[in-house]
Amino acid sequence: MKQLLTFLTKEFHHILRDKRSLLVLLGLPIVQLLIFGFAITPEVRMANIAILDNAKDETTRLIIHKIENSKYFDIDRTLIKNEQVEKAFKTGKIKAAIVFQQNFQNELMHANKAQVQIIADATDPNQAATLINYASAIIMDYQAGLNQQNKLPYTITTETRMLYNPQLKGAYTSVPGVMGMILLLISAMMTSISIVKEKELGTMEILLVSPMKPWLVIISKVIPYFIISLVNVATILILSVFVLGLPIQGSLLLLIVSTVLYIFCALSFGILISTISDTQQAAMLISLLGLMLPVVMLSGYAFPIANMPFILQVLSNFVPAKWYIIIVKGVMIKGIGMEQIWKELLILLAMTVFFLMISIKRFKIRL
Amino acid sequence: MSSEIVIKTNKLTKKFGDFIAVNEITFEVFKGEIFGFLGANGAGKTTAMKMLIGISKPSSGSAEIAGFDIYKETEQIKKSIGYMSQKFSLYEDLTIRENIQLFGGIYGLSNKQIQKKSNELINKLNLQNKADKLVASLPLGWKQKLAFSIAILHDPKIVFLDEPTGGVDPITRRQFWDMIYEAAHNGITVFATTHYMDEAEYCNRVSIMVDGVITALDSPNNLKKQYNANSMDEVFLTLARGAKRGE
Repeated sequence: MKQLLTFLTKEFHHILRDKRSLLVLLGLPIVQLLIFGFAITPEVRMANIAILDNAKDETTRLIIHKIENSKYFDIDRTLIKNEQVEKAFKTGKIKAAIVFQQNFQNELMHANKAQVQIIADATDPNQAATLINYASAIIMDYQAGLNQQNKLPYTITTETRMLYNPQLKGAYTSVPGVMGMILLLISAMMTSISIVKEKELGTMEILLVSPMKPWLVIISKVIPYFIISLVNVATILILSVFVLGLPIQGSLLLLIVSTVLYIFCALSFGILISTISDTQQAAMLISLLGLMLPVVMLSGYAFPIANMPFILQVLSNFVPAKWYIIIVKGVMIKGIGMEQIWKELLILLAMTVFFLMISIKRFKIRL
Repeated sequence: MSSEIVIKTNKLTKKFGDFIAVNEITFEVFKGEIFGFLGANGAGKTTAMKMLIGISKPSSGSAEIAGFDIYKETEQIKKSIGYMSQKFSLYEDLTIRENIQLFGGIYGLSNKQIQKKSNELINKLNLQNKADKLVASLPLGWKQKLAFSIAILHDPKIVFLDEPTGGVDPITRRQFWDMIYEAAHNGITVFATTHYMDEAEYCNRVSIMVDGVITALDSPNNLKKQYNANSMDEVFLTLARGAKRGE
């Protein structure tokens, strides 16, 4: 215990004396969060949607058929009751829902006016806006076709709803994304660099010759960055609630527990990197190429996973940040609970265990 | 110097695939002795030393350090030895006092002991004014002396020095060897590798490794007689000329 405390004191000295790095570590999330407001979503293909057809007549059938045949939508489920819409969204499987009013055809033929509602999951605001535009366009197209044959103009009014994020705020994507990125960066990159630094300077050899247990060395390397990560989580959450006006819908406890798990996952990844690199530069490069790129490109933070080529979609499953971002979006924005995210949590846990096991194995081989 | 044996190896070997880095070396080192472990670059000195200090597993053979088996009793060995590596191995961004506290803590000294030892050490090295300055601000010679003092802070039975005086000026080297003598006088066995043949003259006994094998082992005077040489330099050149492994 005394060994650990002595060693921890040393680690804090290292970090606190390097003022510039510390400033970056604590300031980066703030800057990132405030700058990364706008993620670009170019095009959405084959988005899963739900259909609630309250009319079930010839017209609605034709419209649904048209939607199904477009390359933009894939009907994932057909609902029967209005109450099912909310539930369907909470499963996270559908991106939008299209609801037809009762007596759709009758209203359209006799009152010349019928209503359809398009609801989109706006936790990803760009994607939601795109989906709603596509769906409206398809319905308008049908209406135009109808009006060519008839002299009296029929109008189908589309009513749109942005679920979870009515003002389409960019913060809704940037907060989970920044959390996923910053935590991985600080935990994995800084831990690996700090361990590899000792190898490079030759002090690791001295420590291995000493009675200090190697796992104690690793633990004391990890603890300071764990604490810094927690400070960053607090900063990000406080900023997002009070500055960006993004309330936490679900359980704060669940959010924190999942975040701690994610930090563990990142830390163990950092330890793994430190066992395969011998210089600080190598550790940094592996961290940047192995972490930053996949997180930005494949986690669904900047580009929707649904639009990626199949092989990249498969690859994205190996990016821990993808699962964490799903969890944060779900808990923080949709307010879902444990029962909807246990699978993601389990995946993160499995990844952590996997990274740790390889690290332990590699650590032994090295000696 | 006593007849108590503190390092004893028997056919200690390290292979890396087909390459035999250390080939069946057998030797003994006595308590309080200054033992010079010589050899050209690539002769296998560092590999042999790494096996003795427990950071590299031997391929075959056996060895006892301070009476402990290098396979089974590594924890006890770690407590009984001190080590100073080729690379400067203190933390530059910690102060002198903090480095002493850190290594004292790692070797399990009590706070009181650490306090006492720090003051002794700082006074001995005349570093009173610099005790709370970062190690990075010290000249190299002072750093090496400090590193050696810290390596023997916990009063180990044996201290292993891997080319301790590399890049240090002659005056500081002389002072460094004075410290080594003092440690040996206090009963600490010194096991040192070096490139400087004048330093080999300071040792009680030296071994010379060529291509992974110990080809000579005796006191500097006996070796000079045996090889009919005026200095250790000549002895070394005679032996090392036969080396097949280049740099």
